Formats: sequence, structure tokens, C-alpha cells
Amino acid sequence: MTFIAKPKVTHPSLPPNALGLTRRAYEGALSTLCAGCGHDSITAAIVEACWRLSLEPQNLVKLSGIGCSSKTTAYFVSGAHGFNAVHGRMPSIATGANAANRRLSYIGVSGDGDTLSIGLGQFCHAIRRNLDMLYIIENNGVYGLTKGQFSASADIGSRAKKGETNRQPPIDPVLLALDLGAPFVARSFSGDKRQLVPLIEAGLKHRGFALIDILSPCVTFNDHEGSTKSYAYTREHYEPAVLADFVPREQPISIDYPPGEAREVALHDGSRIVLRKIGADYDPTDRTAAHAAVQARGGSGEYLTGLIYLEAADRHAEFHQVNATPEAPLNSLPFEQLSPGSTALRTILARYR
Amino acid sequence: MTTANRVNDFTIKIATVNGTGSASANTLLMKSIFRSGVPVMGKNFFPSNIQGLPTWYEIRVSRDGHVARAGTVDLMVALNPETYARDVRELAPGGYLLYDSTWPRPVLLSRADITVIGVPLAKLCNENFTGVRTRILMKNICYAGALAALLNLDLERIRDLLGETYGRKPQLLESNMKAITLGFEYTRAHFPCPLPLSVERMDRTAGHIMIDGNTAAALGCVFAGATVAAWYPITPSTSLMDAFKRFCERLRIDPDSGAKRFAFIQAEDELAAIGMVLGAAWNGARAFTATSGPGISLMNEFLGLAYYAEVPAVVFDIQRVGPSTGMPTRTQQGDLLSCAYASHGDTRHICLYPADPGECFQMAVEAFDLAERLQTPVLVVSDLDIGMNDWMVREFPWDDAYRPDRGKVLTAEQIESLEKFHRYLDPDGDGIPWRTLPGVHPKAAYFTRGSGHNQFGAYTEDAAEYQQVLDRLLRKWQTARQCVPRALLEGEGSEIGIVSIGSGDSAVREALALLRAQGVAIDYLRVRAFPFGEEVERFLAGHRLVFVAEQNRDAQLRALLTLETAVEKAKLRSLLHYSGLPVSSRFIVDGVLAEVRGPAGASHGRRDRPVPEGQAGSDAAAEAAAISGREALSPAPATTTV
Repeated sequence: MTFIAKPKVTHPSLPPNALGLTRRAYEGALSTLCAGCGHDSITAAIVEACWRLSLEPQNLVKLSGIGCSSKTTAYFVSGAHGFNAVHGRMPSIATGANAANRRLSYIGVSGDGDTLSIGLGQFCHAIRRNLDMLYIIENNGVYGLTKGQFSASADIGSRAKKGETNRQPPIDPVLLALDLGAPFVARSFSGDKRQLVPLIEAGLKHRGFALIDILSPCVTFNDHEGSTKSYAYTREHYEPAVLADFVPREQPISIDYPPGEAREVALHDGSRIVLRKIGADYDPTDRTAAHAAVQARGGSGEYLTGLIYLEAADRHAEFHQVNATPEAPLNSLPFEQLSPGSTALRTILARYR
Repeated sequence: MTTANRVNDFTIKIATVNGTGSASANTLLMKSIFRSGVPVMGKNFFPSNIQGLPTWYEIRVSRDGHVARAGTVDLMVALNPETYARDVRELAPGGYLLYDSTWPRPVLLSRADITVIGVPLAKLCNENFTGVRTRILMKNICYAGALAALLNLDLERIRDLLGETYGRKPQLLESNMKAITLGFEYTRAHFPCPLPLSVERMDRTAGHIMIDGNTAAALGCVFAGATVAAWYPITPSTSLMDAFKRFCERLRIDPDSGAKRFAFIQAEDELAAIGMVLGAAWNGARAFTATSGPGISLMNEFLGLAYYAEVPAVVFDIQRVGPSTGMPTRTQQGDLLSCAYASHGDTRHICLYPADPGECFQMAVEAFDLAERLQTPVLVVSDLDIGMNDWMVREFPWDDAYRPDRGKVLTAEQIESLEKFHRYLDPDGDGIPWRTLPGVHPKAAYFTRGSGHNQFGAYTEDAAEYQQVLDRLLRKWQTARQCVPRALLEGEGSEIGIVSIGSGDSAVREALALLRAQGVAIDYLRVRAFPFGEEVERFLAGHRLVFVAEQNRDAQLRALLTLETAVEKAKLRSLLHYSGLPVSSRFIVDGVLAEVRGPAGASHGRRDRPVPEGQAGSDAAAEAAAISGREALSPAPATTTV
């Protein structure tokens, strides 16, 4: 229950990060989600990623819409401001917040209902604007808080807990993001922390719009036989295509990659993402090929996961670059730079005589 | 009409087809009168269309400085055969009709009690210009020359004005001037000029400018230091955003880097536009949007969130005719209730009601201060008449000592000294909590939510905790009552009062002068903000009979007054004008006289309801015709702007 204060237990053996903070500093309120919910695993992965990145908690802004997934922003980094918007409208709040202060890191957490139905328009337009944020979809194919209706990501043939079979084709956020020009598109699974944590790190550090669609089974309404978003089905049909390791700027690459398998992509701040192909013929820097690969696997009921597509930093311009705003955040510009004063006003008004 | 002195006191109406260049001629005429030192008003009645539909422009010349519509037309420039019948009918007895005599005068343009002036505009232009489009455009500037002759306007002044418009295109200046001279010379050669309706130099426009309210509001946003503007295009608010961008591109460029000190975001819809404003304002930028009725409908959900989660926002509602899509290019005050109570649940919003472009500028600045001081949305409720027509107003003053009121935002030092920060406490007893901005201090974080929350900012479903916050919001509302602009009072001692709002002000003030001349004294109160202050309560209590003049069908201002003050409903009398055209002073005079002297006392009877067809010489009849589409309009040939 969020109204019960979560005890902060600091164990002397907990390792500190570069800021001297332990993982505890990146936790939030107690989760009120069902026991075993995939979303809680994602929350844990976000905590881990923020700790590993040594993010100043107050420099993170957490945004969400409405739904089970959107509650989770209260469960991590309690030292960061959070904004729980109205249903499906988180991207517009994120756009305004980011416009006002480009220096902070923005993480949006949404669900398949919040993003792919009521918020589909805002989701698409945040991608078009190439807003500098990490957008996480906790995708379980079902409306949890209203007890089990299909969402727009439910697959054809997937069966609801009450027996109904879905006949409408799903909207795949990964395909959509690839179509709309998103520079960073990933898919993962709440049960694969090893894959997920580096993706979240990379998404937070990436400049521009980063999407991670995370399959996150709903234990209460969508974890039964016949569901294509259950733990069992996901584990069975889950195929990592590309492993991504995030390497901070200061750190040399310490992992030994077999020659020819790894590929480095530099981010704008000098940190790097090392991509390791698993499928022999997969190229994560080719948008068209990535689209075709995801579509092909989707047809056979499989989930292609990993950092599916990544565009080099110099090949796309994010929101502030497009708008040519100053390096200093707009919310910090001195009034004298904004208001032209009475002499300028007289000159302007002279044109209206 | 024959005996009265009509120098500097008359109304011209110009009937043309939109998209044919007449707008430039009309502005030129109005500005040349303004520069003669004579008070003038221009109102554009245009279609929701790009090219080919009827459009009218009304210019009122008023030596007494009245800027409302008079309600009569003394000189009609009838250039659109499609509307000849209606236009001639609207002309006052003894009035003048100017038409294009290139073709034989149709029977439609006949009336025994008017003087007809035929100038062969098309013929003059066909003989002197080549190209179909040029000839049409020049015909529509040529009538400005004819009017200059009839009204005694100074051709040199007109040339100066054209020079300002076409400074960089001398050939356009010359061709326009040639067309004007053609019309001028022909008219002077064939008719006694000037007419008794004419313009004589005065000195009553010094210190004034002619500007529209949307431009003025945009300037106010620039001067208030707004940096984030998010919007979705909608008539008639678009010109506000266009003007903001234009001013910023001139005034807000970093001289060294060329960076733009503003973010101008065209949103995917109004839902996103208001969301962006909330996100930016929550994060410490001054942010605003501009919209019209349909946009307000879409913004309702977010406005409720902003009220409850206490996020500042500035929204300009440039009202147009509803319900639904309504008439996008006509004016109304139809959003008074939907703005005041936007969104579900117990929500009330601060509204400011400018009456002219001067107040649009001033209230734009006030709106940002109020929104940040009170941490809530502020709606500046303007309308198409103010927003898109050029008004003669005093030059805007600006105090260089002005600094924005950013409200209760804790600094890093203040947060440092706190043991713990709680978002929704009321330490000062005024109902206004303190807030923090992201990125400032590790102890500053809080969670903003539209779901139930307690005074500490935590989620709650506890009845007492929920109510505590809601009750504090009510205390904040009482504080707001002290902060918003006062209603303005004119006159005292009468037992009859009149209340108006927004753009109806000029018509009411002229009407009161006319009524005084007939021995009817009425006290006047113009409300400028919601919530209403004590002065509104006192005015209503202090008068036996109170007229409420507003521009909508359902008496929305009266409804607000009865809901939010102790006034007895029975003593309120509505004067309702909702044709889509700006209310005239005559409408107010007639409405008041019908009530205080009985129906026989009024010159044209009360017009609370649509007037029967065929009432000659009545603006209301013409308006009724305009809305009912009695004269079938041709199908729109081009795209529609909505």
C-alpha cells in the first residue's frame, strides 16, 4: 500500500555507486500491484539501471498515464518528481516538461491500454517530435484495473480469462515506432533482467526518443492457458536477436566479445552501446530489415527481443535541436532576456498607428 | 438624416466576395480615417472559407469615439450581386448606395429613399489593367478611390499607407495607387463630392493605436515572459499564436548563438496542447495555449487535473459561435459557463474577460501572474470580435519595473532548510501551498496526480484526507476572489443597473450615453473576472432592476451571477444578442427602453428573440437573414477553414 511508508533499510554490505548511493536510494513506495506482476520486475530493473548509471535522483522526471503500469512510477526513485497524467496523455505532459527543461532525464511508463488505445495519437506524435525521453510500455495485452478486457496489443486467437477469443489484429508498438522514425526501438521481457537493465540504461542515456516495449504478464487476468502474453507463452516464444550492453563514457569495454560479433554504437555523450547479434543475418542499424524481421516473427507468434533498431546520434535531430532552443533550459532564462521592455514596445506599437 | 451633422459620424458597409483583395482596401480606408485623427471602428464579417463567399466589412466613423456598431448603415458599397437585395434593405432611409455601374443597375438595387452612386469599377479597371486576377484585385482597390472622393479622404495619406504596405514592391504600390486614382477621379467628375457624410480632420486619435486583440494578447505573452506555446490550429484563435511566433522570431533570438528563446509547438490536437502547457508550467516555464470553444471542450479533462493537482496554465479562449462547429468566423460569448466550470467534479476556474485589445494585452500578463500565484489554470475569455477586428485603443503602457509573480516556488536554499517537503500543506492560511520544481534539490520531489491525494501529496482514498484537500482548494478560491481584476463601475444613484461582460462593453457604454440623452439614467457594472468580487454583490444588491447584456442565447452571465452571488433572479433582465455579429448600441437602447417604458417606448422593440423577416432598416433583420441563410449561398468552391 502506498500510504504505508516503506522502511529504508540500509545494509552495510550494499555497494554504493559513483555518487555513493546504494540501490535503496533508487527505490520508491511499496507496490500495490498483484503479487507476481511483471511490472514489479520492471520497476526493479529501472531501479538497478538508475543505480548503475549513478543518476542524481532529482535529475530524473517520472511520467505516466493511467492504469496498472502507470502506478509504477511511484515505486521507483522516490527522490525524483513524478507526474501521473490523465489516461493516455502522458506524452503531452512529457513534451511540455521537456520543452521547459532539457537538462533532466525523462522516463515515461505506460501500458498497452494507455499507449495503444486512448493514447495512440500522443504516442505517435511524441515519436514524430523525437522527444528526448525513455518511453516504456509495460505490455500485458489486457486491461487490468478494469478486470480483464482485451487491449489493442492482444494477438489474434488469444483467449481471455473469461473465455472470449480475440479476433482483431494487434497494434504492435515496435512496428509502429519503426514506421514513425523512432531512433531507438527495443523489446524485452519483464522476466529477463539481464537483457532489460542494459536496455534501460541505454534508453536513458540515448538522446531522442527511446522505446522499450516490455512483455509483462498480468498474473491475475492474462496468465492462463490460451493467452499469448502469459509467462509460459512468452518464455516459450521469446527470441533474443540482439544483446545490448551499455558502456558508460569513462569506462573501457571490459567484456570480451568474440571478433566479428560485437558492434559499438556511440551515444551523443560519449557512452557506447555494444550490440551483439545472435541471429546471424540480423542488422540492428537497418530500419527496413528490422521492420521485416519483427513482422516475420510476429506472424509465427514469436517475440523478437533486444535492441531491435538503433540510429546513429548524428542521423537524427531531437525536439530541442529541431526547435533551435538554447542550451540553457527555457525555465531558467532570465526575465530580461524574455521581455523586451517599454522602448521596444513603443517601437512595435508605432506600426499600429 | 438630412438635417443632422454627419461629418465624422456615420457607418459604411462594404459588401464583397472573399478572397478578392477587398480586405486590403478596407484596412486602407479605415487607417486613412484613423490617421486623420478621427475615431473609427472596423468590423469584418467574413465566411468560413478561403475564396468565393460573401463577406462584409463595416467601418464606423465616430467623432464621439464610440467603437461599437451603431446598428445602422449610412453608406453601402454593394459589390456582390449575390447579396444586393439584403444589402440594399439594410441601408438607412436617406442613405447612399455605391455600386459598380459597369453593368445596368439591377432592379434589386432600387429604393426610393436612397441616393444611388454608380461607378463603373470593372470597366475602369478592364481598360487600365491586364490579366483576369489583376483586374479583379484592382477593382476591389478602385472602390477605395471612389470612397476617398465621396468622403473627402486625403489621397496623399492613402499613398503613404500603401507605401508602408508595399515598401519593397514599388510596382504594386503604383498599380494600387493607379486604381485608387481612377476611382477617385471618376467619382469626383460625376458626383458632387464630398457627400454630407464626410471625414474632416480632428485630433482625437493621438496616443491611440489600431490593433486586434489576438495580436495584443500575443504581445502580452511575450512581455510576460512566456516561453512555451503549444496549440492546435482553430479559428479564431490562430492569429494569436501566429503573432506570438512572429514577435518571438524578432525579439527572442539569442544574438550570439541564434538560439530561439521560446518553444512553439503545434500539437496533434487540443488535448495534447493543454497537456504540453501543463507539463511546461509544472516544470517552471510560463506556458500558454490559445483555442476556441471546441478546443475548450476537448481540454476539459486536463483542466480538471490542473485544478486538482494545482498546476498553473494560461488558456486563451477566443470564443466563436457554437454549439458544435457552429459558425467559426462569427462572434459570441457562448463559453462563459463551460470555461468557468470546465471539467467533471467540483471544479471552478479563474476567468478574465477582456473588453478590448488593450485589456487583452494587460490581462495576458495578469493571467500568468495569477496562474502562478494561485497554481491553477487561468482562462482569458476573449472572442472573435475582439480577437480578429482592429480596435482603436490607447497605446499599451509598460512598466519596466514589472517582474513576474512566480508564486510560491521553494528555492534550493529553502528546501535545504526543511526537514521534509510536503506539497499540499497550507502553511500561510491562504489556501495556496508551496511547490518545488524538478532538478532543484534532492529533498524537493513529490508526486503530482489527479487521483485522490492528501495534504502531504500521497495517494489517498481516506474520506477525511480527501475532503481536507478539497476544502483547502475552496479557501484558495476565496483568496482568488481578492486577486482577480475588479469589476468596473460607472455611474451611481440610479435604481436601475446594467451588467455586461467582454466585447459588449463599447455598445453598452454608447447606449447608456444615448439613454441619458433621453432621460434614462442607468448605473453600469462591467465584470472583468470570475470569481466575482464583493463589488459585484454590492451592485446587484443595490439596484431594483438589473439588465444583463451578453452575447449568447442562454443568458450564461446571468446564470453565473445567480449561481455565484446572492442576487434574486427576478430582478435580472436579460438583453441577449446571439446572431454571431457584434452587438450594436441600438440593440441595447431598444432593449432597455422596451423594459422601462413598455414596448411602445422602444424604437424597434425588444430583440431578445430572432426578429421576423423583412423588417426594413433593421440590422437585426439583416442579421437574422444572414444566419437563416434566407438568400441561398452558393456552394463553397474552395476549402473551408474551421
